[in-house]
Amino acid sequence: MDGLDASVPTISPHRPMSASVATFGALMWSGFRRYATYRQATVAGSFTNIVFGFLRCYVLLAVAAGAAAGAAGGYDARQLATFVWVGQGLLNVVGIWGWNDLAERIRTGDIAADLLRPVPPVTAYLAADLGRCGYQMLTRFTPPVIVGAIAFPLVAPSRWQTVPLFAASVLLAVIGSFGCRYLVNATAYWLGDARGPLMFWTLGSGVLAGLYFPLRLLPEWATVTIWVATPLPGLLQTPLDVLVERDGPALQAGLVALQAVWAVIMVALAGVVQRRAERKLVVQGG
Amino acid sequence: MIEMRELRKDFTVRVKAGRLRREKRVLAAVDGVSLSIGAGEMVGYIGPNGAGKSTTLKMLTGVLSPSGGEVSVCGLRPVPQRTRLALRIGVVFGQRSQLWWDLPLGESFRLLRYVYRVPAAEHEARLRRCRDLLDLDEFMDTPVRQLSLGQRMRGELTAALLHGPEVLFLDEPTIGLDVVSKQAVRSFLGELGATGDVTLVLTTHDLADIERLCERLVVIDHGRVVHDGTIDDLHSRYGSRRSLVADLDTPLPPGFALPGATTASIEADGHRVTFTLESTTAGAAVAALVNAAPVRDLSVVEPEIEDVVARLYTDGRGVSGVP
Repeated sequence: MDGLDASVPTISPHRPMSASVATFGALMWSGFRRYATYRQATVAGSFTNIVFGFLRCYVLLAVAAGAAAGAAGGYDARQLATFVWVGQGLLNVVGIWGWNDLAERIRTGDIAADLLRPVPPVTAYLAADLGRCGYQMLTRFTPPVIVGAIAFPLVAPSRWQTVPLFAASVLLAVIGSFGCRYLVNATAYWLGDARGPLMFWTLGSGVLAGLYFPLRLLPEWATVTIWVATPLPGLLQTPLDVLVERDGPALQAGLVALQAVWAVIMVALAGVVQRRAERKLVVQGG
Repeated sequence: MIEMRELRKDFTVRVKAGRLRREKRVLAAVDGVSLSIGAGEMVGYIGPNGAGKSTTLKMLTGVLSPSGGEVSVCGLRPVPQRTRLALRIGVVFGQRSQLWWDLPLGESFRLLRYVYRVPAAEHEARLRRCRDLLDLDEFMDTPVRQLSLGQRMRGELTAALLHGPEVLFLDEPTIGLDVVSKQAVRSFLGELGATGDVTLVLTTHDLADIERLCERLVVIDHGRVVHDGTIDDLHSRYGSRRSLVADLDTPLPPGFALPGATTASIEADGHRVTFTLESTTAGAAVAALVNAAPVRDLSVVEPEIEDVVARLYTDGRGVSGVP
């Protein structure tokens, strides 16, 4: 089979590109299906997102009302409300929190089954995560945005390029977030389980990704440092800033480019760590 | 098909030595195993808990890198060529699952077709065969997490075979199964082995698996091979003998001895006697006994492989390096 298709460009050296795409697609579908199984969790999660949306929105609007000229961190009230509600929708799509599948599989030794497949684990998990993101885009993104739009005045994009940039930025946020989560989970290869790093991650990522408050409320030197030196603003703050058009067109595109650089770095790093782990791996359990 | 030469795996453990001090100690889980398994063989790989069975299997499948020695499976080196090897081997772990926990069984099979990139017709043919032989139809649409252990194992076997592997590794495939499920798994593996297309390596604690399925038996203990041969070889090497149990109407006269046999036990006031047949045939022993005493009932008991292996595990410690 491989011999026949030898001239086709390949991702992995032994398989034709079309086959790799089909495999990736099937794995994406598996991620989609897995999450689609838990409908009650979807409903309960959306409800929680909406409740916290109201809390965050009122707090930020109060901050804006108290700030000079009614604008906090360069956002007006409508931009802030949009930031909050779309952020609530994106929270689960990007999936910053709650993913410990890999760490659990390492802890129990089930990771052996992943290693016995002809697909590298990082690729397989990335595909499944994109499938998960697709499902949550359909189910978890819209409810908070609709509720937000009913309860508050939101802002709509005024530039044509904002919409495609936002879409690209969300995809990059998912990939970057996947890379970060994979790395945090992969500490279980060395530590036995990843509870400590996961706790640390949950605390740090919420603040530095701009979930608790827009990072633009910080002094400019701090904002710039966090943005350039860490992948975290790319997980939530960047797509939201792109959507509410916080910056001019050039900076808007620049932020997405920076996000792309970080996404590539994180996934590549996950690959390196995975290979390193495999070399010294001890699959736990008999 | 499978070659191991002086294969070893050492684990470093830290042992408490004093209040704060910890000493590093190296444990050899697999301590120089050399084996060669040909295509189409069915090999039982047994040993007590902690003997190094699973460790060997992990090194053969590429999920654990050896500390020393050489290993090749299907002509590939398992760890560096793991993803290529994965296309050519199938693995079933009795205690783990390779299926998608949240998805229906049928969906897992469909995904595996894409993961292993199996042509649709081949996939269909293999799946149909497994469905028939393992009676999968009634639970194809049930999510894996809701399957009983027996159903799941049948699913696991199918999943491991859908890409047509050349070698099938089975790590305790009948663990925890009821008698009927065990029978189903065994007869399925028996049929699979009879075709000669698949090389089968089986670890188990249930020796009936081995007796039913494997011509060749490899016993490992403390990381070393202590026996490699047929089950009959094992019996003759460890001197397991048949015994003759006789129920008598009147007790044997004191001092009675059966030629070529030793008296193993006398129970029920001499009404039940067990002889171990040393250098005589069952027929000769029965004839001699019937002449000497009024026999009501007789039975010849074959040696139990369990007994032999138990002796191998307990007494055989330190008999390393044979043969």
